[in-house]
Amino acid sequence: MSASVLYDAPGPKTRRNSAIASVVGAMLIIALIVWAYFILAAPRVSANGAEQPGLFDPSRTDILADPEVWGAFGRGVVNTLRMAGVAAVLAIIVGILFSFGRTAASKWIRIPTSILLEIFRGMPLLLLIFFVFLMFSTGGYWAGVLGLGIYNGAIIGEALRAGISSLPKGQREGGLSIGLTSLQTRFIVEFPQAFRQMLPIILAQLVVLLKDTSLAYVVAYPELSRTIKELQNFYGSRYVFTLFAIGLVIYLVMNVSLSYIARYIAKKSGPKDGATTPNTPKQPGVDGTRAITMPPRGHASYGVDNGSTGGGGY
Amino acid sequence: MDVISNAIDALVDITPLYMQGFLLTLALLGIAGVGAFILGVLIAAMRISPVPSLRVFATVYTEILRNIPLLLVLFFCAFVLPILGVDLDYFLLAALGLTLYTSPFVAEAVRSGFNGVPVGQAEAARSIGMGFTQTVGLVILPQASRMVVPPLINVFIALTKNTSVAGAFFVNELFKATGAASRDHGDLVLLTLVYAAALYLAITIPLGLIAGAIEKKVMVLR
Repeated sequence: MSASVLYDAPGPKTRRNSAIASVVGAMLIIALIVWAYFILAAPRVSANGAEQPGLFDPSRTDILADPEVWGAFGRGVVNTLRMAGVAAVLAIIVGILFSFGRTAASKWIRIPTSILLEIFRGMPLLLLIFFVFLMFSTGGYWAGVLGLGIYNGAIIGEALRAGISSLPKGQREGGLSIGLTSLQTRFIVEFPQAFRQMLPIILAQLVVLLKDTSLAYVVAYPELSRTIKELQNFYGSRYVFTLFAIGLVIYLVMNVSLSYIARYIAKKSGPKDGATTPNTPKQPGVDGTRAITMPPRGHASYGVDNGSTGGGGY
Repeated sequence: MDVISNAIDALVDITPLYMQGFLLTLALLGIAGVGAFILGVLIAAMRISPVPSLRVFATVYTEILRNIPLLLVLFFCAFVLPILGVDLDYFLLAALGLTLYTSPFVAEAVRSGFNGVPVGQAEAARSIGMGFTQTVGLVILPQASRMVVPPLINVFIALTKNTSVAGAFFVNELFKATGAASRDHGDLVLLTLVYAAALYLAITIPLGLIAGAIEKKVMVLR
């Protein structure tokens, strides 16, 4: 049963056909995974003729019994979260400052802020972290925090600016007409609405931030992916695959759970239907998962019902 | 005077290295951009399709790839795929990794463009008897394609910046060149970094301006 307006609810024949296709497709995928498993598990002969055990061989996974390894992973996770937490706070503060600078009345503030913002948004994060590290000799931790904070702050700032500029004009006029100053209007009337409207994008960006802490490898900060590298150096490269797989699972668990929390919060406190904010998105892609779906019946026609994350995520 | 001539010497010295890196960055951007676009559109099509299993597949694919750091995706491509018999050099493997990593973001951008088309359009198309393919192909897609361009360009800007991660996997692109140059010219670190930043900005800022211009045009049309 589908509530999409794009097609009818499928009849018995279509349902049967698509069920058959699903089973065949699933079997193909399973076959692919099994095939990959056997290839990976098979012992390999390297160039010099030495035979190496397969990737799932006990000799490749025996370090998992070593509590030291799990301790190292734990420290890596803590370091990652420590960096992401501080950088997230910084990013939101920087983002708010940027959004005020970008919408300032005076062009002496607006134009320099715009240039700065373009530069921070256009530079690779890796380069930015490297820059902070080399120029300010801050040490790995603060280089990562500052780099992540400024880079993501610039993106959050842009989202907030888009939120402010998508508010109906009457909001600002209303604020000014009851005697608030320009700055008060921005703080008390416009900003809270923009922040609420852009919350899904801001939260999605914070998930990206958590993911991007892995780039702090460049300044030798011992976060999770650096930990994997160091464990590999310490225990030998035959554990590469095992360590990689564990790292992958840890990252997936962290990010997926954060994404779900973000979506939950976004759904709880995001803009409600019939809010004062306009329904037609000014910035395509940033906002606008509501059309074509049929919200009154509580079904999402496009197969997903989460908040829009299309605009964020870089 | 001495400082300036020093700086000029260093600039002349690192320019070939940077140009080679810049070209590789552009090549990565081109290959991964085209690949991610095709793959992303396919994923987006799966996500709105009437077949439930395709929708599930596309959702799982998106969720997994979006929640893994690019570093690990590239690691998988560079070290695990060769074991599986994918016999490519590191450059192509990195391009493949970037393609895979970027495709869900393209899919999300396309999907959000689809969702931006007012629901009445689809209802009207359906009510005059059009089927799924006709509704999407003749009514929704032409309108969505305009809305999709700005977020899509944003995805490509992000891809440009992400190519820098490939430097960790034996691809001598611009960031790798920057690292080497900053080691060789320890006294002129700022210069080497600003030079690299300028080259990156030379790609990303024009793309951003194009996105902004198109966005303005689309807003007038709507």
